Amino acid sequence: MEQILSFIYSFKEPIFIVILSIFLGIEVISHVPAVLHTPLMSGANAIHGVVIIGAIIVMGHAISTISMIIGFIAVVLGTLNVVGGFVVTDRMLEMFKKKK
Amino acid sequence: MTGNYLLEISYIIASILFIFGLKMLSHPEKARKGNQWAAFGMILAIITTILFHTKDGKHIGNISYIIVAIVLGTIIGWTVAKKVKMTAMPQLVSLFNGMGGACAALICLMEFPHLGQVTNNFNMFSGEVFDLLIGLVIGSVSFAGSMIAFGKLNGNIGDLRIKSMRFVNIGFLLIIILFFIFIMSRGYIIPITIMPYIYLLLGISLIYGISFVMPIGGADMPVVISLLNSFTGVAAATGGFLYHNQAMLTGGILVGSAGTILTILMCKAMNRSLINVIVGVFGGSSAIGKQTVGNIKEITLSDASILLSYSQKVVIVPGYGLAVAQAQHLCHDLEKILEEKGVEVSYAIHPVAGRMPGHMNVLLAEADVSYDKLIEMDEINPVMPNIDVCVIIGANDVVNPAAEDDPASPIYGMPIIKAYNAKNIIVMKRGMGKGYAAIENNLFFNDKTRMLFGDAKATLQKLVTEIKNL
Repeated sequence: MEQILSFIYSFKEPIFIVILSIFLGIEVISHVPAVLHTPLMSGANAIHGVVIIGAIIVMGHAISTISMIIGFIAVVLGTLNVVGGFVVTDRMLEMFKKKK
Repeated sequence: MTGNYLLEISYIIASILFIFGLKMLSHPEKARKGNQWAAFGMILAIITTILFHTKDGKHIGNISYIIVAIVLGTIIGWTVAKKVKMTAMPQLVSLFNGMGGACAALICLMEFPHLGQVTNNFNMFSGEVFDLLIGLVIGSVSFAGSMIAFGKLNGNIGDLRIKSMRFVNIGFLLIIILFFIFIMSRGYIIPITIMPYIYLLLGISLIYGISFVMPIGGADMPVVISLLNSFTGVAAATGGFLYHNQAMLTGGILVGSAGTILTILMCKAMNRSLINVIVGVFGGSSAIGKQTVGNIKEITLSDASILLSYSQKVVIVPGYGLAVAQAQHLCHDLEKILEEKGVEVSYAIHPVAGRMPGHMNVLLAEADVSYDKLIEMDEINPVMPNIDVCVIIGANDVVNPAAEDDPASPIYGMPIIKAYNAKNIIVMKRGMGKGYAAIENNLFFNDKTRMLFGDAKATLQKLVTEIKNL
């Protein structure tokens, strides 16, 4: 019990952020017209590519060859997620330009 | 120390940009800017992490290798994203999502032995361990699931509809929970000694990801991708917990919650519950629906062109068949030539037309169809009786009246475009094949309906020429 309480205490800020972010995510999405569902999903997909920061940290402090290799793969995969996600979303949205 | 301040500030800025980006993505005019803002936030977070992140006083090392990895990922990601056809968009999103999931799982795998500074004992019953296990499991389920979803949408993998699969899946879930309990009840140990079990858990999670998506029908893949998208968001957020990193936390959880809502919205558009999708009842039921009576009546190209040219209002209902045939440009040609003749042309877009909600809008936008010509289902249905001709191109289930009048039909209750209310209906179809839901469509036997068989592209081409020559 003590451990659970101390865990919650030591993680109180992240827990706060999590709760607020959950409501924020719901709020932000709920007014989206169906037209934009696909670009939105793709855009959100790119945003969770933020996981690449973790990959950079892992690789930046890697000591052994094995962890270097796995870290390298993680960074490549994370970059794919970020770059591919944003570029493909941009390509989709480019087509929504108002046409005269 | 200044670096540390700059790092934290840049994370706050990145988080704000993510939120604004996502918000702007919900307005058609601002969406592109929103995406670019979010991308800018991401670049900022990546660069400041490389420059300023410290762990136990040590800066990020191996920078040259990191940059090589980023450049490599950028080149591949950029090329693939630029080259892919718009019809293949859903599987591409799935692929990129899987990459993110794999990345999260690898991070958790790498960080586990480092709990407690490698050689010291570490309490397994702790938030850190739980966090890492969650990240590992969700990340790898998301990766394996996304790959299967990719294969299904790409047509490489068929459906595996075995009823007992759901029991197998529940079994896998139980095993994963048992692993959690087992690992976390070890007490104080050196984390590296438990690694064999961690690898085992990784393997089981990957298999679970496969068996989770395998029995779900291809038509439901968009929902699954959206769900896996929010999974990856949560997996990314576990990294935020681990590193006390605000950007990862906000980004991950934002996507996690927004993705869940989007998944539910998609399910609503198809009138199905999420549980229903996951358990995979759809199409697995033996309901055949009402037997259809009546005859199919064909129409010749010249009759069709005369009918269209002398109408006042024409509505085009595009479906995935149109996209597969790559006929959206010809569809736009048809629209232009009819407009020249004074016919009012618009498009009726069903929320789930194509393979993902909004997919059809993207496809038509690609063909230069004006944004305000696209009319949503709820707006077109009340005016449908005033429409002279409703042209259905490669759509089937979204205009199937069985959704309204046949309770035995698997799609009963799904909102449809009420094409049957139009004065005339022309259906362009490859043949008498059934739609994605594999059910008969009474609309084709309607007295007002005329069929125009053939490949959508070829038929449209001929139709356009025919109308030109009138």
